[in-house]
Amino acid sequence: MLLIHCPYCKESRDQSEFSPAGEAFIARPKSPEGISDEEWADYVFYRTNHKGNHWEQWVHTNGCRKYFLVERSTISHQILQVAPFGARNSETEL
Amino acid sequence: MQKKYSWYSLLKAGLNDQDWDQAIPLIQPKSKYDVIIIGAGGHGLATAYYLAKECGINNVAVVEKGYIGGGNTGRNTTIIRSNYLRDEASSLYEHALKLWEGISEDLNFNVMFSQRGVYNLGHSLQNMRDIERRVNANILNGVDAVVVDANEIKQQIPIINTSKNARYPIMGASYQARGGVARHDGIAWGFARAASMLGVDIIQDCEVIDIEVEEGRVKGVKTTKGEILADRIGCVSAGHSSVLAKMAGLRLPIESHPLQAFVSEAMKPVLHTVVMSNAVHGYISQSDKGDLVIGAGIDGYNSYAQRGSTKIVEHAAAAILELFPIFSRVRMNRQWGGIVDVCPDACPIISPTKVEGLYFNCGWGTGGFKATPGSGNVFAHTIAQDKQHPLAEPFHINRFTTGGLIDEHGAAGVAH
Repeated sequence: MLLIHCPYCKESRDQSEFSPAGEAFIARPKSPEGISDEEWADYVFYRTNHKGNHWEQWVHTNGCRKYFLVERSTISHQILQVAPFGARNSETEL
Repeated sequence: MQKKYSWYSLLKAGLNDQDWDQAIPLIQPKSKYDVIIIGAGGHGLATAYYLAKECGINNVAVVEKGYIGGGNTGRNTTIIRSNYLRDEASSLYEHALKLWEGISEDLNFNVMFSQRGVYNLGHSLQNMRDIERRVNANILNGVDAVVVDANEIKQQIPIINTSKNARYPIMGASYQARGGVARHDGIAWGFARAASMLGVDIIQDCEVIDIEVEEGRVKGVKTTKGEILADRIGCVSAGHSSVLAKMAGLRLPIESHPLQAFVSEAMKPVLHTVVMSNAVHGYISQSDKGDLVIGAGIDGYNSYAQRGSTKIVEHAAAAILELFPIFSRVRMNRQWGGIVDVCPDACPIISPTKVEGLYFNCGWGTGGFKATPGSGNVFAHTIAQDKQHPLAEPFHINRFTTGGLIDEHGAAGVAH
């Protein structure tokens, strides 16, 4: 069971209050009409599925209901840091 | 030297108290093979077996970072059925089920395949409509299936709670009589032994650290036991498929999640069939040893840790007690997790890739065990002919680009 710190509520709460919401930093293509099927597939379906430290999204479902970013190890499950949206992006972290 | 198993060899070895022959030899890899299979789980070993048996390619190595069948093959709840909704999926799983029906004889190894039937319960009118639709689709596809009502279920399984006062009352089920269970390490050892008797090298404790690609063509692998060359490589590594893909510079539409299961202490026969419920999300059978084998759902987050969270254990236990209040005092013996490779459409990828000579068989998600022989069979033909086996064609990785997804999520009575 994870203990997750919500950056909005500023409290560490039980995992059961939260829901995972997938890999972070997946940006919707800026010009949707101009990209190929391969690029669409990459955006919609393909994932990094990283083994190691991994940025992902969680939502505080039974709390403030806001989405935020979590860097967590997919090997040990240890949470390294949390951040509100906008505080990190693919350019600063990947 | 490996010998054929028979009642005579069993009797002789038993009476003489002799040492049993090694089922598979422990060997070091050669420097070059025609085909390398990465991952010695059921699917990988089946691939090697059918490459040697049906495709005439015997110079095959199966490399495994741990021991054979130590991954998801040894961690699942061993349920076998083929009652999938979509034509593409039910054809593939039915192919596998037909192979299961003759596999012990074919491999000269008792995999304890037991066709004790599988019930997929429905708890609402919509569940029952979906079940009827799926059963009708199954019948059209030549898969045995019937719809049964709550009274028939109660007659067959007296300990099940069919009370109308239940939170999620059981309204009926689909029943596949040819479904059942098998011994998980039996199938791994059976395929391993049969493949090695046909000349396949099974190399355990040999982790792949890199896949060598030259000018868009696969060249070989770097392993903890040195470099091994091959023109064709098949990756069958379930939860670690994305890791292998990355070595070859590829990405996959796959995420790895923990899937849990647990078993109770052994007890006298109490449940003679397999019961699954999509709505309350639990599935249960009793092994030949007597323990209840209970399956849970996946954790929603990505993980490679081979353990799940207690929330899921609680959820699965609640689901099972909803169906079988009699089990409320059963003590659980062991709990574990495996890492499953989940595809967006809950169907596998059996496909060549952009790298020439590199093939992937992955994305089986939570339901790969039942497909073991069929998966290996179609993947072997796909590798041998560099052309997808007809049953594997719909499972090309291109479907995520073309949009030809095979939507089995929830459609198949899910919970695998």
